[in-house]
Amino acid sequence: MGSPEFNVYRRKVDHFVKSKLGMYTPSLELKGASFTLSVLHIKHQDMERLTAELDNKLAIAPQFFIGAPLVINIELIKDPLFDLATLKTLLTSRQLVIVGITEAIPELMLQAKLLGLAVIKSGKQSQHHPQLPKTTKIIQQTIRSGQQIYAKGGDLIIIGAVGNGAEVIADGSIHVYGTLRGKAMAGAAGDKHAVIIAKKVEAELVSIAGQYWLTENLQQNGTTQGACIRLDGHILTADNLSL
Amino acid sequence: MTQIIVVTSGKGGVGKTTSSAAIATGLALKGHRTVVIDFDIGLRNLDLIMGCERRVVYDFVNVINGEANLNQALIKDKRCDKLYILPASQTRDKNALTQEGVGKVLSLLAEQFEYIICDSPAGIENGAMMALYYADLAIVTTNPEVSSVRDSDRIVGMLQSKSRRAEQGLEPVKELLLLTRYAPERVSSGEMLSVVDVEEILAIPLLGVIPESQSVLKASNSGVPVILDQESDAGIAYSDSVARLLGEELPFRFITEEKKGFLKRIFGN
Ligand SMILES: Nc1ncnc2c1ncn2[C@@H]1O[C@H](COP(=O)(O)OP(=O)(O)OP(=O)(O)O)[C@@H](O)[C@H]1O
Ligand SMILES: [Mg+2]
Repeated sequence: MGSPEFNVYRRKVDHFVKSKLGMYTPSLELKGASFTLSVLHIKHQDMERLTAELDNKLAIAPQFFIGAPLVINIELIKDPLFDLATLKTLLTSRQLVIVGITEAIPELMLQAKLLGLAVIKSGKQSQHHPQLPKTTKIIQQTIRSGQQIYAKGGDLIIIGAVGNGAEVIADGSIHVYGTLRGKAMAGAAGDKHAVIIAKKVEAELVSIAGQYWLTENLQQNGTTQGACIRLDGHILTADNLSL
Repeated sequence: MTQIIVVTSGKGGVGKTTSSAAIATGLALKGHRTVVIDFDIGLRNLDLIMGCERRVVYDFVNVINGEANLNQALIKDKRCDKLYILPASQTRDKNALTQEGVGKVLSLLAEQFEYIICDSPAGIENGAMMALYYADLAIVTTNPEVSSVRDSDRIVGMLQSKSRRAEQGLEPVKELLLLTRYAPERVSSGEMLSVVDVEEILAIPLLGVIPESQSVLKASNSGVPVILDQESDAGIAYSDSVARLLGEELPFRFITEEKKGFLKRIFGN
Protein backbone atom coordinates (compact mmCIF):
# COMPACT_ATOMS: atom_id res chain seq x y z
CA MET A 1 0.00 0.00 0.00
CA GLY A 2 1.42 3.34 -0.86
CA SER A 3 0.68 6.80 0.42
CA PRO A 4 -2.79 8.39 -0.34
CA GLU A 5 -1.19 10.53 -3.07
CA PHE A 6 0.16 7.41 -4.69
CA ASN A 7 -3.26 5.78 -4.63
CA VAL A 8 -4.80 8.75 -6.35
CA TYR A 9 -2.08 8.56 -8.95
CA ARG A 10 -2.60 4.84 -9.48
CA ARG A 11 -6.29 5.36 -10.03
CA LYS A 12 -5.64 8.06 -12.61
CA VAL A 13 -3.25 5.84 -14.49
CA ASP A 14 -5.68 2.94 -14.37
CA HIS A 15 -8.41 5.11 -15.73
CA PHE A 16 -6.20 6.42 -18.50
CA VAL A 17 -5.02 2.99 -19.54
CA LYS A 18 -8.49 1.49 -19.47
CA SER A 19 -10.00 4.29 -21.49
CA LYS A 20 -7.21 4.03 -24.03
CA LEU A 21 -7.71 0.32 -24.35
CA GLY A 22 -11.40 0.78 -24.85
CA MET A 23 -12.27 -1.29 -21.84
CA TYR A 24 -13.78 1.64 -20.05
CA THR A 25 -17.45 2.54 -20.49
CA PRO A 26 -18.22 6.01 -19.13
CA SER A 27 -20.97 6.22 -16.57
CA LEU A 28 -21.99 9.66 -17.82
CA GLU A 29 -23.22 10.76 -21.18
CA LEU A 30 -24.41 14.16 -22.28
CA LYS A 31 -27.13 14.37 -24.91
CA GLY A 32 -29.35 17.20 -26.07
CA ALA A 33 -33.12 16.84 -25.87
CA SER A 34 -36.00 19.25 -25.69
CA PHE A 35 -38.94 19.24 -23.32
CA THR A 36 -42.07 21.25 -23.10
CA LEU A 37 -42.23 23.10 -19.82
CA SER A 38 -44.93 25.30 -18.38
CA VAL A 39 -43.93 28.87 -17.89
CA LEU A 40 -45.31 30.89 -14.99
CA HIS A 41 -45.29 34.59 -15.79
CA ILE A 42 -44.80 36.84 -12.78
CA LYS A 43 -46.44 40.15 -13.54
CA HIS A 44 -46.35 41.83 -10.18
CA GLN A 45 -43.89 42.30 -7.38
CA ASP A 46 -46.27 42.24 -4.45
CA MET A 47 -45.79 38.91 -2.69
CA GLU A 48 -49.18 38.95 -0.95
CA ARG A 49 -51.01 39.40 -4.22
CA LEU A 50 -48.96 36.68 -5.81
CA THR A 51 -49.66 34.30 -2.94
CA ALA A 52 -53.41 34.92 -3.11
CA GLU A 53 -53.61 34.45 -6.89
CA LEU A 54 -51.47 31.36 -6.82
CA ASP A 55 -53.60 29.73 -4.14
CA ASN A 56 -56.69 30.53 -6.23
CA LYS A 57 -55.23 28.83 -9.30
CA LEU A 58 -54.12 25.81 -7.31
CA ALA A 59 -57.59 25.43 -5.88
CA ILE A 60 -59.11 25.32 -9.36
CA ALA A 61 -56.67 22.94 -11.06
CA PRO A 62 -54.15 21.45 -8.68
CA GLN A 63 -53.25 18.60 -11.05
CA PHE A 64 -51.86 21.13 -13.48
CA PHE A 65 -49.27 22.38 -11.10
CA ILE A 66 -48.31 20.05 -8.36
CA GLY A 67 -45.01 18.32 -9.03
CA ALA A 68 -44.83 19.78 -12.54
CA PRO A 69 -41.54 21.37 -13.57
CA LEU A 70 -42.02 25.11 -13.99
CA VAL A 71 -39.98 27.91 -15.49
CA ILE A 72 -40.59 31.37 -14.10
CA ASN A 73 -40.71 34.22 -16.55
CA ILE A 74 -39.87 37.50 -14.80
CA GLU A 75 -39.69 39.65 -17.92
CA LEU A 76 -41.92 42.30 -16.32
CA ILE A 77 -39.97 42.58 -13.09
CA LYS A 78 -37.49 45.38 -13.62
CA ASP A 79 -36.63 45.96 -9.97
CA PRO A 80 -33.14 44.62 -9.25
CA LEU A 81 -34.07 44.39 -5.54
CA PHE A 82 -36.97 41.97 -6.18
CA ASP A 83 -36.52 39.08 -3.79
CA LEU A 84 -36.33 35.89 -5.82
CA ALA A 85 -35.60 33.82 -2.70
CA THR A 86 -39.01 34.66 -1.17
CA LEU A 87 -40.71 33.82 -4.45
CA LYS A 88 -38.88 30.51 -4.60
CA THR A 89 -39.88 29.69 -1.03
CA LEU A 90 -43.51 30.52 -1.80
CA LEU A 91 -43.59 28.27 -4.87
CA THR A 92 -41.80 25.32 -3.26
CA SER A 93 -44.09 25.55 -0.25
CA ARG A 94 -46.96 24.89 -2.70
CA GLN A 95 -45.12 21.79 -4.07
CA LEU A 96 -44.20 23.42 -7.33
CA VAL A 97 -40.86 22.33 -8.85
CA ILE A 98 -38.90 25.33 -10.08
CA VAL A 99 -36.45 24.45 -12.83
CA GLY A 100 -35.18 27.92 -13.57
CA ILE A 101 -35.98 31.46 -14.57
CA THR A 102 -36.12 33.18 -17.92
CA GLU A 103 -36.15 36.73 -19.34
CA ALA A 104 -34.59 38.19 -16.21
CA ILE A 105 -32.66 41.43 -15.94
CA PRO A 106 -28.94 40.81 -15.24
CA GLU A 107 -29.21 41.45 -11.46
CA LEU A 108 -32.00 38.91 -11.09
CA MET A 109 -30.10 36.40 -13.20
CA LEU A 110 -27.29 36.63 -10.69
CA GLN A 111 -29.73 36.12 -7.77
CA ALA A 112 -31.12 33.06 -9.54
CA LYS A 113 -27.68 31.54 -9.97
CA LEU A 114 -26.93 32.07 -6.28
CA LEU A 115 -30.20 30.30 -5.44
CA GLY A 116 -29.19 27.35 -7.61
CA LEU A 117 -31.80 28.07 -10.27
CA ALA A 118 -30.96 27.66 -13.93
CA VAL A 119 -31.11 30.72 -16.16
CA ILE A 120 -32.91 29.59 -19.29
CA LYS A 121 -32.87 31.39 -22.61
CA SER A 122 -36.29 31.58 -24.10
CA GLY A 123 -36.66 30.25 -27.60
CA LYS A 124 -39.34 32.85 -28.14
CA GLN A 125 -36.82 35.63 -28.70
CA SER A 126 -35.68 34.26 -32.04
CA GLN A 127 -39.28 33.95 -33.16
CA HIS A 128 -39.72 37.64 -32.50
CA HIS A 129 -36.77 38.67 -34.65
CA PRO A 130 -36.43 36.05 -37.36
CA GLN A 131 -32.83 36.09 -38.52
CA LEU A 132 -32.75 36.96 -42.21
CA PRO A 133 -30.45 34.72 -44.18
CA LYS A 134 -27.11 36.46 -44.63
CA THR A 135 -26.44 37.52 -48.20
CA THR A 136 -23.21 38.56 -49.85
CA LYS A 137 -22.95 41.34 -52.39
CA ILE A 138 -20.20 40.93 -54.97
CA ILE A 139 -19.20 43.85 -57.18
CA GLN A 140 -16.79 43.11 -59.99
CA GLN A 141 -15.64 46.62 -60.77
CA THR A 142 -13.77 49.58 -59.39
CA ILE A 143 -15.93 51.88 -57.27
CA ARG A 144 -15.45 55.46 -58.47
CA SER A 145 -15.47 58.78 -56.68
CA GLY A 146 -19.05 59.76 -55.82
CA GLN A 147 -20.39 56.20 -55.93
CA GLN A 148 -21.85 54.50 -52.88
CA ILE A 149 -22.40 50.78 -52.42
CA TYR A 150 -24.33 49.29 -49.48
CA ALA A 151 -24.59 45.59 -48.70
CA LYS A 152 -27.59 45.30 -46.41
CA GLY A 153 -27.59 42.39 -44.00
CA GLY A 154 -24.37 40.83 -45.23
CA ASP A 155 -20.85 41.06 -46.55
CA LEU A 156 -19.57 43.17 -49.40
CA ILE A 157 -16.89 41.91 -51.75
CA ILE A 158 -15.34 44.32 -54.22
CA ILE A 159 -13.23 42.82 -56.97
CA GLY A 160 -11.55 46.08 -57.93
CA ALA A 161 -10.46 49.24 -56.15
CA VAL A 162 -12.44 51.78 -54.14
CA GLY A 163 -11.52 55.29 -55.31
CA ASN A 164 -11.06 58.42 -53.24
CA GLY A 165 -14.47 59.93 -52.65
CA ALA A 166 -16.25 56.57 -53.00
CA GLU A 167 -18.03 54.84 -50.11
CA VAL A 168 -18.54 51.14 -49.44
CA ILE A 169 -20.81 50.12 -46.58
CA ALA A 170 -21.88 46.70 -45.28
CA ASP A 171 -23.79 45.35 -42.33
CA GLY A 172 -21.26 42.53 -42.41
CA SER A 173 -17.61 42.53 -43.46
CA ILE A 174 -16.01 44.29 -46.42
CA HIS A 175 -13.38 42.70 -48.66
CA VAL A 176 -11.58 44.79 -51.27
CA TYR A 177 -9.43 42.96 -53.80
CA GLY A 178 -7.73 46.15 -54.85
CA THR A 179 -6.68 49.40 -53.21
CA LEU A 180 -9.09 50.90 -50.69
CA ARG A 181 -8.73 54.67 -51.12
CA GLY A 182 -12.22 55.88 -50.19
CA LYS A 183 -14.34 55.19 -47.13
CA ALA A 184 -15.25 51.71 -45.86
CA MET A 185 -17.81 51.14 -43.12
CA ALA A 186 -18.32 47.57 -41.95
CA GLY A 187 -20.68 46.35 -39.24
CA ALA A 188 -22.96 49.25 -40.13
CA ALA A 189 -25.84 47.73 -38.17
CA GLY A 190 -23.66 47.23 -35.11
CA ASP A 191 -21.90 43.90 -35.75
CA LYS A 192 -18.66 44.19 -33.77
CA HIS A 193 -17.29 41.02 -35.36
CA ALA A 194 -17.27 42.53 -38.85
CA VAL A 195 -13.86 43.15 -40.44
CA ILE A 196 -12.45 45.14 -43.34
CA ILE A 197 -9.88 43.39 -45.49
CA ALA A 198 -8.17 45.16 -48.37
CA LYS A 199 -5.26 44.33 -50.63
CA LYS A 200 -3.86 47.79 -50.03
CA VAL A 201 -5.15 50.31 -47.48
CA GLU A 202 -4.92 54.01 -48.35
CA ALA A 203 -8.38 54.77 -47.00
CA GLU A 204 -9.92 58.12 -46.12
CA LEU A 205 -11.86 56.39 -43.36
CA VAL A 206 -12.41 52.87 -42.05
CA SER A 207 -15.03 52.07 -39.46
CA ILE A 208 -16.40 49.01 -37.74
CA ALA A 209 -19.64 49.21 -35.76
CA GLY A 210 -19.19 52.96 -35.47
CA GLN A 211 -15.56 52.98 -34.30
CA TYR A 212 -13.52 54.74 -36.93
CA TRP A 213 -10.02 55.62 -38.07
CA LEU A 214 -9.03 58.37 -40.49
CA THR A 215 -6.06 58.37 -42.86
CA GLU A 216 -3.75 59.75 -40.18
CA ASN A 217 -4.69 57.03 -37.69
CA LEU A 218 -3.96 54.40 -40.32
CA GLN A 219 -0.63 56.03 -41.08
CA GLN A 220 0.28 56.25 -37.39
CA ASN A 221 -0.50 52.57 -37.16
CA GLY A 222 1.72 51.87 -40.16
CA THR A 223 -1.19 50.45 -42.15
CA THR A 224 -0.44 51.09 -45.83
CA GLN A 225 -0.30 47.65 -47.38
CA GLY A 226 -2.67 44.72 -47.19
CA ALA A 227 -4.47 44.62 -43.87
CA CYS A 228 -7.34 43.24 -41.86
CA ILE A 229 -9.01 45.88 -39.73
CA ARG A 230 -11.12 44.64 -36.84
CA LEU A 231 -12.42 45.54 -33.42
CA ASP A 232 -10.58 44.31 -30.36
CA GLY A 233 -13.17 45.07 -27.70
CA HIS A 234 -13.96 48.70 -28.41
CA ILE A 235 -10.63 49.48 -30.04
CA LEU A 236 -9.80 49.23 -33.72
CA THR A 237 -6.73 47.27 -34.67
CA ALA A 238 -5.14 46.48 -38.00
CA ASP A 239 -3.15 43.38 -38.77
CA ASN A 240 -0.92 43.53 -41.79
CA LEU A 241 -1.62 40.86 -44.34
CA SER A 242 0.38 39.94 -47.38
CA LEU A 243 -2.27 39.38 -50.02
CA MET B 1 -20.74 52.45 -88.19
CA THR B 2 -20.37 55.89 -86.69
CA GLN B 3 -18.44 56.14 -83.44
CA ILE B 4 -19.43 58.83 -80.95
CA ILE B 5 -16.45 59.90 -78.85
CA VAL B 6 -16.72 62.21 -75.84
CA VAL B 7 -13.67 64.11 -74.63
CA THR B 8 -14.39 64.60 -70.95
CA SER B 9 -12.66 65.28 -67.64
CA GLY B 10 -14.81 66.62 -64.83
CA LYS B 11 -12.17 69.19 -63.96
CA GLY B 12 -11.87 72.36 -66.02
CA GLY B 13 -8.90 73.59 -68.01
CA VAL B 14 -7.17 70.22 -68.36
CA GLY B 15 -7.02 70.28 -72.17
CA LYS B 16 -10.34 68.86 -73.41
CA THR B 17 -10.85 71.42 -76.15
CA THR B 18 -7.20 71.26 -77.21
CA SER B 19 -7.49 67.47 -77.39
CA SER B 20 -10.86 67.48 -79.18
CA ALA B 21 -9.49 69.76 -81.87
CA ALA B 22 -6.28 67.74 -82.24
CA ILE B 23 -7.93 64.33 -82.31
CA ALA B 24 -10.71 65.39 -84.69
CA THR B 25 -8.12 66.87 -87.04
CA GLY B 26 -5.94 63.78 -86.73
CA LEU B 27 -8.82 61.43 -87.62
CA ALA B 28 -9.74 63.59 -90.63
CA LEU B 29 -6.11 63.65 -91.77
CA LYS B 30 -6.20 59.85 -91.75
CA GLY B 31 -9.11 60.07 -94.19
CA HIS B 32 -12.10 59.65 -91.88
CA ARG B 33 -15.09 61.96 -92.19
CA THR B 34 -15.17 63.61 -88.78
CA VAL B 35 -17.25 66.26 -87.04
CA VAL B 36 -16.31 67.92 -83.76
CA ILE B 37 -19.10 69.41 -81.63
CA ASP B 38 -18.68 72.07 -78.96
CA PHE B 39 -20.92 71.17 -76.00
CA ASP B 40 -19.64 74.08 -73.93
CA ILE B 41 -22.72 76.22 -74.44
CA GLY B 42 -22.14 79.80 -73.30
CA LEU B 43 -18.35 79.41 -73.10
CA ARG B 44 -17.58 78.28 -76.60
CA ASN B 45 -13.95 78.21 -77.63
CA LEU B 46 -13.56 75.19 -79.89
CA ASP B 47 -14.14 77.53 -82.86
CA LEU B 48 -11.23 79.70 -81.70
CA ILE B 49 -8.87 76.76 -81.40
CA MET B 50 -10.02 75.48 -84.80
CA GLY B 51 -9.58 78.99 -86.23
CA CYS B 52 -13.12 79.29 -87.58
CA GLU B 53 -14.66 81.76 -85.14
CA ARG B 54 -15.38 84.30 -87.89
CA ARG B 55 -17.40 81.81 -89.88
CA VAL B 56 -19.94 80.91 -87.15
CA VAL B 57 -23.44 81.81 -88.30
CA TYR B 58 -25.69 79.16 -86.79
CA ASP B 59 -24.85 76.87 -83.90
CA PHE B 60 -25.71 73.56 -82.20
CA VAL B 61 -28.61 75.06 -80.19
CA ASN B 62 -30.13 76.60 -83.35
CA VAL B 63 -30.17 73.14 -84.90
CA ILE B 64 -31.72 71.54 -81.80
CA ASN B 65 -34.42 74.22 -81.76
CA GLY B 66 -35.09 73.88 -85.48
CA GLU B 67 -33.97 77.47 -86.15
CA ALA B 68 -31.42 76.26 -88.69
CA ASN B 69 -30.79 72.99 -90.45
CA LEU B 70 -27.68 70.97 -89.80
CA ASN B 71 -25.89 71.87 -93.03
CA GLN B 72 -26.35 75.58 -92.33
CA ALA B 73 -24.64 75.21 -88.95
CA LEU B 74 -21.79 72.85 -89.90
CA ILE B 75 -18.54 74.67 -90.70
CA LYS B 76 -16.18 72.96 -93.12
CA ASP B 77 -12.57 73.12 -91.94
CA LYS B 78 -10.40 75.13 -94.31
CA ARG B 79 -7.33 72.91 -94.02
CA CYS B 80 -8.85 69.47 -94.07
CA ASP B 81 -11.81 68.59 -96.28
CA LYS B 82 -12.96 65.60 -94.22
CA LEU B 83 -13.39 67.75 -91.10
CA TYR B 84 -16.43 69.74 -89.90
CA ILE B 85 -17.12 71.80 -86.81
CA LEU B 86 -20.47 72.26 -85.09
CA PRO B 87 -19.98 75.31 -82.86
CA ALA B 88 -21.69 76.04 -79.55
CA SER B 89 -24.00 78.92 -78.89
CA GLN B 90 -22.46 81.76 -76.97
CA THR B 91 -25.76 83.29 -75.92
CA ARG B 92 -27.67 80.36 -74.44
CA ASP B 93 -27.05 78.43 -71.26
CA LYS B 94 -26.32 74.73 -70.85
CA ASN B 95 -29.96 73.84 -70.25
CA ALA B 96 -30.62 74.54 -73.93
CA LEU B 97 -29.30 71.01 -74.49
CA THR B 98 -31.99 68.36 -74.09
CA GLN B 99 -31.46 64.64 -74.32
CA GLU B 100 -33.98 64.39 -77.12
CA GLY B 101 -32.55 67.36 -79.04
CA VAL B 102 -28.96 66.13 -78.76
CA GLY B 103 -30.02 62.63 -79.78
CA LYS B 104 -31.78 63.96 -82.85
CA VAL B 105 -28.75 65.98 -84.03
CA LEU B 106 -26.34 63.09 -83.36
CA SER B 107 -28.41 60.69 -85.41
CA LEU B 108 -28.50 63.17 -88.29
CA LEU B 109 -24.71 63.54 -88.07
CA ALA B 110 -24.29 59.76 -87.96
CA GLU B 111 -25.72 59.61 -91.48
CA GLN B 112 -22.72 61.44 -92.90
CA PHE B 113 -19.79 61.08 -90.47
CA GLU B 114 -17.59 58.21 -89.28
CA TYR B 115 -16.48 59.92 -86.11
CA ILE B 116 -18.40 62.40 -83.95
CA ILE B 117 -16.17 64.06 -81.35
CA CYS B 118 -18.01 65.72 -78.47
CA ASP B 119 -15.98 68.39 -76.64
CA SER B 120 -17.49 68.33 -73.15
CA PRO B 121 -17.66 71.28 -70.81
CA ALA B 122 -16.12 70.89 -67.33
CA GLY B 123 -18.18 69.77 -64.35
CA ILE B 124 -20.89 67.17 -63.98
CA GLU B 125 -23.88 69.38 -64.80
CA ASN B 126 -26.29 69.08 -67.70
CA GLY B 127 -23.82 70.12 -70.43
CA ALA B 128 -21.27 67.49 -69.44
CA MET B 129 -23.97 64.85 -69.00
CA MET B 130 -25.40 65.57 -72.47
CA ALA B 131 -21.93 65.36 -74.01
CA LEU B 132 -21.29 61.91 -72.55
CA TYR B 133 -24.82 60.47 -72.74
CA TYR B 134 -24.67 59.06 -76.27
CA ALA B 135 -20.95 58.18 -76.26
CA ASP B 136 -19.56 54.88 -77.49
CA LEU B 137 -16.09 55.79 -76.33
CA ALA B 138 -14.80 58.29 -73.79
CA ILE B 139 -11.42 59.96 -73.85
CA VAL B 140 -10.90 60.79 -70.19
CA THR B 141 -8.60 63.78 -70.24
CA THR B 142 -6.56 64.06 -67.06
CA ASN B 143 -3.68 66.16 -65.77
CA PRO B 144 -1.15 64.36 -63.56
CA GLU B 145 -2.37 65.87 -60.33
CA VAL B 146 -4.59 64.61 -57.53
CA SER B 147 -7.69 66.77 -58.06
CA SER B 148 -7.83 66.11 -61.78
CA VAL B 149 -7.47 62.37 -61.23
CA ARG B 150 -10.23 62.45 -58.62
CA ASP B 151 -12.59 64.26 -60.98
CA SER B 152 -11.78 61.85 -63.81
CA ASP B 153 -12.62 58.97 -61.50
CA ARG B 154 -15.96 60.63 -60.84
CA ILE B 155 -16.60 60.99 -64.57
CA VAL B 156 -15.78 57.33 -65.18
CA GLY B 157 -18.38 56.53 -62.54
CA MET B 158 -20.89 58.68 -64.45
CA LEU B 159 -20.05 56.96 -67.73
CA GLN B 160 -20.77 53.66 -66.02
CA SER B 161 -24.10 54.76 -64.57
CA LYS B 162 -25.52 57.75 -66.42
CA SER B 163 -24.72 57.10 -70.07
CA ARG B 164 -27.21 55.73 -72.57
CA ARG B 165 -25.24 52.50 -72.76
CA ALA B 166 -25.40 52.11 -68.97
CA GLU B 167 -29.09 52.99 -68.78
CA GLN B 168 -30.05 50.60 -71.55
CA GLY B 169 -27.77 47.83 -70.27
CA LEU B 170 -25.74 47.77 -73.50
CA GLU B 171 -22.04 47.08 -73.78
CA PRO B 172 -20.43 49.74 -71.54
CA VAL B 173 -18.83 52.91 -72.88
CA LYS B 174 -15.17 52.21 -73.66
CA GLU B 175 -12.95 54.46 -71.54
CA LEU B 176 -9.45 55.55 -72.51
CA LEU B 177 -7.06 57.69 -70.51
CA LEU B 178 -5.41 60.70 -72.13
CA LEU B 179 -2.83 62.18 -69.80
CA THR B 180 -2.19 65.79 -70.78
CA ARG B 181 0.23 68.53 -69.71
CA TYR B 182 2.69 65.87 -68.58
CA ALA B 183 6.03 67.21 -67.37
CA PRO B 184 8.47 64.36 -66.62
CA GLU B 185 10.87 66.59 -64.68
CA ARG B 186 8.05 67.59 -62.34
CA VAL B 187 7.21 63.93 -61.86
CA SER B 188 10.82 63.19 -60.91
CA SER B 189 10.74 66.03 -58.38
CA GLY B 190 7.56 64.62 -56.88
CA GLU B 191 5.34 67.60 -57.80
CA MET B 192 3.23 65.56 -60.20
CA LEU B 193 1.86 62.05 -60.36
CA SER B 194 3.56 59.66 -62.76
CA VAL B 195 1.89 57.87 -65.69
CA VAL B 196 1.99 54.68 -63.63
CA ASP B 197 0.33 56.36 -60.62
CA VAL B 198 -2.53 57.74 -62.69
CA GLU B 199 -3.05 54.49 -64.58
CA GLU B 200 -3.11 52.61 -61.31
CA ILE B 201 -5.72 54.89 -59.73
CA LEU B 202 -8.04 55.20 -62.72
CA ALA B 203 -7.59 51.63 -63.92
CA ILE B 204 -8.48 52.35 -67.56
CA PRO B 205 -6.28 51.79 -70.64
CA LEU B 206 -3.87 54.53 -71.65
CA LEU B 207 -4.48 56.19 -75.02
CA GLY B 208 -1.71 58.74 -74.90
CA VAL B 209 0.52 61.05 -72.91
CA ILE B 210 0.69 64.65 -74.16
CA PRO B 211 3.66 66.60 -72.80
CA GLU B 212 3.34 70.09 -71.36
CA SER B 213 4.40 72.21 -74.29
CA GLN B 214 4.71 75.83 -75.33
CA SER B 215 3.54 74.82 -78.78
CA VAL B 216 -0.02 74.27 -77.49
CA LEU B 217 -0.53 77.90 -76.52
CA LYS B 218 1.09 79.06 -79.74
CA ALA B 219 -1.19 76.80 -81.76
CA SER B 220 -4.37 77.92 -80.04
CA ASN B 221 -3.45 81.58 -80.36
CA SER B 222 -3.09 81.13 -84.09
CA GLY B 223 -6.19 78.96 -84.42
CA VAL B 224 -4.34 75.91 -85.75
CA PRO B 225 -4.83 72.58 -83.94
CA VAL B 226 -1.49 71.60 -82.42
CA ILE B 227 -1.50 68.21 -84.20
CA LEU B 228 -0.72 70.11 -87.42
CA ASP B 229 2.58 71.23 -85.86
CA GLN B 230 4.61 68.08 -86.40
CA GLU B 231 7.73 69.85 -85.17
CA SER B 232 6.28 69.94 -81.66
CA ASP B 233 6.34 67.17 -79.08
CA ALA B 234 2.66 67.76 -78.25
CA GLY B 235 1.71 67.54 -81.94
CA ILE B 236 3.60 64.26 -82.33
CA ALA B 237 2.08 62.86 -79.14
CA TYR B 238 -1.42 63.66 -80.46
CA SER B 239 -0.62 61.93 -83.77
CA ASP B 240 0.48 58.85 -81.85
CA SER B 241 -2.74 58.94 -79.83
CA VAL B 242 -4.88 59.13 -82.98
CA ALA B 243 -2.97 56.19 -84.45
CA ARG B 244 -3.62 54.18 -81.27
CA LEU B 245 -7.30 55.12 -81.44
CA LEU B 246 -7.33 53.59 -84.90
CA GLY B 247 -5.80 50.39 -83.56
CA GLU B 248 -2.06 50.86 -84.06
CA GLU B 249 0.29 49.83 -81.28
CA LEU B 250 2.94 52.44 -80.63
CA PRO B 251 5.39 52.98 -77.78
CA PHE B 252 4.72 55.94 -75.48
CA ARG B 253 7.01 58.91 -75.97
CA PHE B 254 7.84 61.94 -73.83
CA ILE B 255 7.22 60.14 -70.57
CA THR B 256 10.76 60.22 -69.24
CA GLU B 257 12.97 63.22 -68.66
CA GLU B 258 14.78 64.26 -71.79
CA LYS B 259 18.54 63.75 -71.62
CA LYS B 260 20.48 66.22 -73.73
CA GLY B 261 21.90 64.09 -76.51
CA PHE B 262 25.39 64.25 -77.98
CA LEU B 263 24.39 66.21 -81.10
CA LYS B 264 22.22 68.60 -79.12
CA ARG B 265 25.12 69.32 -76.80
CA ILE B 266 27.29 70.20 -79.77
CA PHE B 267 24.84 72.06 -81.96
CA GLY B 268 22.42 73.36 -79.34
CA ASN B 269 18.69 73.36 -79.97
N1 LIG C 1 -0.13 69.99 -73.45
C1 LIG C 1 -0.29 71.27 -73.05
N2 LIG C 1 0.77 72.04 -72.78
C2 LIG C 1 0.63 73.31 -72.38
N3 LIG C 1 -0.55 73.91 -72.24
C3 LIG C 1 -1.66 73.22 -72.48
C4 LIG C 1 -1.61 71.86 -72.90
N4 LIG C 1 -2.88 71.43 -73.06
C5 LIG C 1 -3.69 72.45 -72.78
N5 LIG C 1 -2.97 73.54 -72.43
C6 LIG C 1 -3.48 74.85 -72.04
O1 LIG C 1 -4.41 74.70 -70.97
C7 LIG C 1 -5.46 75.62 -71.10
C8 LIG C 1 -6.77 74.88 -71.08
O2 LIG C 1 -6.88 74.08 -72.24
P1 LIG C 1 -8.27 73.69 -72.87
O3 LIG C 1 -9.08 74.90 -73.15
O4 LIG C 1 -8.01 72.75 -73.98
O5 LIG C 1 -8.88 72.93 -71.63
P2 LIG C 1 -10.40 72.49 -71.42
O6 LIG C 1 -10.30 71.24 -70.62
O7 LIG C 1 -11.12 72.46 -72.69
O8 LIG C 1 -10.95 73.66 -70.51
P3 LIG C 1 -12.49 73.92 -70.12
O9 LIG C 1 -12.75 72.98 -69.00
O10 LIG C 1 -12.52 75.33 -69.69
O11 LIG C 1 -13.30 73.63 -71.34
C9 LIG C 1 -5.22 76.39 -72.40
O12 LIG C 1 -4.63 77.61 -72.06
C10 LIG C 1 -4.27 75.51 -73.16
O13 LIG C 1 -3.43 76.26 -73.99
MG1 LIG D 1 -12.99 73.37 -73.27
